[in-house]
Amino acid sequence: MRKWILVIMTILLAIMSVFVGVENVPLSDALHLTKEQVDILMISRFPRTVSIIIAGAGMSICGLIMQQLTRNRFVSPTTAGTLDAARLGVLVAIMVFPQATTLTKMLVAFVFSVAGTFIFIQLLNRIKFKDTIFIPLVGLMFGSIISSITTFFAYKNNLVQNINAWLQGDFSAVLRGRYEMLYITIPLFLIAYIYANRFTVVGMGESFAVNLGLNYKVIVAIGLTLVALMTSSVILTVGTIPFLGLIVPNIISIYSGDNLRQTLPLTALFGASFVLACDILGRLIIFPYEISISLMVGVIGSGIFIILLLRREKYAA
Amino acid sequence: MIETKQITKKYQNKTVLNAIDLEVPEKKITAFIGSNGAGKSTLLGIVSRLLKKEGGEVLIDDMDINEWKSKALSKKLAILKQNNQMTARLTVEDLVSFGRFPYSQGVLTKDDHEKVTEALAYMGLEPLRKNYLDALSGGQQQRAYIAMIIAQDTDYVLLDEPLNNLDMKNAVQMMKTLRRLVDDFGKTIILVLHDINFASCYADYMVGLKNGEIVAQGSTEEIMTSDKLKDIYDMHLDITEINQCKYCLYFK
Repeated sequence: MRKWILVIMTILLAIMSVFVGVENVPLSDALHLTKEQVDILMISRFPRTVSIIIAGAGMSICGLIMQQLTRNRFVSPTTAGTLDAARLGVLVAIMVFPQATTLTKMLVAFVFSVAGTFIFIQLLNRIKFKDTIFIPLVGLMFGSIISSITTFFAYKNNLVQNINAWLQGDFSAVLRGRYEMLYITIPLFLIAYIYANRFTVVGMGESFAVNLGLNYKVIVAIGLTLVALMTSSVILTVGTIPFLGLIVPNIISIYSGDNLRQTLPLTALFGASFVLACDILGRLIIFPYEISISLMVGVIGSGIFIILLLRREKYAA
Repeated sequence: MIETKQITKKYQNKTVLNAIDLEVPEKKITAFIGSNGAGKSTLLGIVSRLLKKEGGEVLIDDMDINEWKSKALSKKLAILKQNNQMTARLTVEDLVSFGRFPYSQGVLTKDDHEKVTEALAYMGLEPLRKNYLDALSGGQQQRAYIAMIIAQDTDYVLLDEPLNNLDMKNAVQMMKTLRRLVDDFGKTIILVLHDINFASCYADYMVGLKNGEIVAQGSTEEIMTSDKLKDIYDMHLDITEINQCKYCLYFK
């Protein structure tokens, strides 16, 4: 897949995304906007589009890194308990520090998602039966256990609705002043890119990495920390977007292989344009109402996921 | 030189290597032979820092292996383990380029590119350079890994069962390539081999292990006798000589 095609696609979709909405701001007015239109763009539309791009790219990169580190194509923040652990973190933050700022909540969510991901990796190390499908199933079960704990305490403390809000990925609540934390993800993209080669080497196995003089454990830890940080910042601003980290890296891998130096930017671009497209669709189908992004990506994503599973004999096995 | 002193290794309470003393001859092919579970691969793993040992020391060029920085050692010693499960989809060229990782950390210089091109040419992989590894045959994959080791340009090359999953033709080709690496480039190669006759035809030196101990070591000539092989394998083996090469017959 060519990088420039993806760049153009992302830019076009981003422009569309800015000009689609209940309040009519036609593209033809772009050069002479009224004060009201400028406000709509600055307060709602730009933040929305920017957060879609960052969240789409971020979750896709998270999936890519996790798949490389675990050497399993069906592992992603959704299928490894990372998202569920982050959500438990949010709950703990709300319960223990009710007055906390978003940044504090994010820190707590981050600690939980790092811990959750590391526990999952420890589980992986203990499992003898390393079937490609078995491992994400273990992750899903692990995630469900964490989720049930979250639900229990949320129920006890009348926080179920509050927690469900974190569960549903939704861009309609993204407004100026409430999404800026996502910018934390941008330097993380850069770090991920700098480490791309090392992640590829680690993905070839421990002895392969040690042979080339890499400290395997340190690289894995760095990768998982990046994943946990990105996941926490996305979940706190946008919510859960299921399947994204699973399907985007797999599609890119089919066409462009697994050399992360090359595929990491492609994955980020494709992830961004995929979410942009889903979001625009979700806003148009029942216009002037909208379908939340987690539902859109969930429906389209699960379809693609089934296709991936069916053709795994040819590709992932 | 690679030297081991009194190496011991235990898994839980089971001793898998006991007091291994070994000096690996320079610029030769050394084959570790022995039955399943004799400790061959474990010994190779310890010598290459992939496995931790309980006691004893490994000296590489007179320096303890624990003193070596992993990065520095990766320019001195290469280890290739049998990867049964290929997961990552890399092109042949990408894989071979990773052989230069210890030198360039992934940003290849002109010099690195030359080494990669040379390695590809040496293994006859130029037509396949843009192909994905998972689309290649077992023999081609193995050649790509060897090309990577060549690009890594180390004095010592350690290979764990390099003939696994190779058919006769590819196995012979592989052993001839390793022979050339020793004869043309002066590399020191250590391999774990299952097939005693491949060891006999291509190795200079043999180390026979049984139950975690070295029971025989010496030149191929010395080891390829019925008596020594009985010590190693616990079975009677007839030796025949065809074209100045000793073969052992163990099929009946």
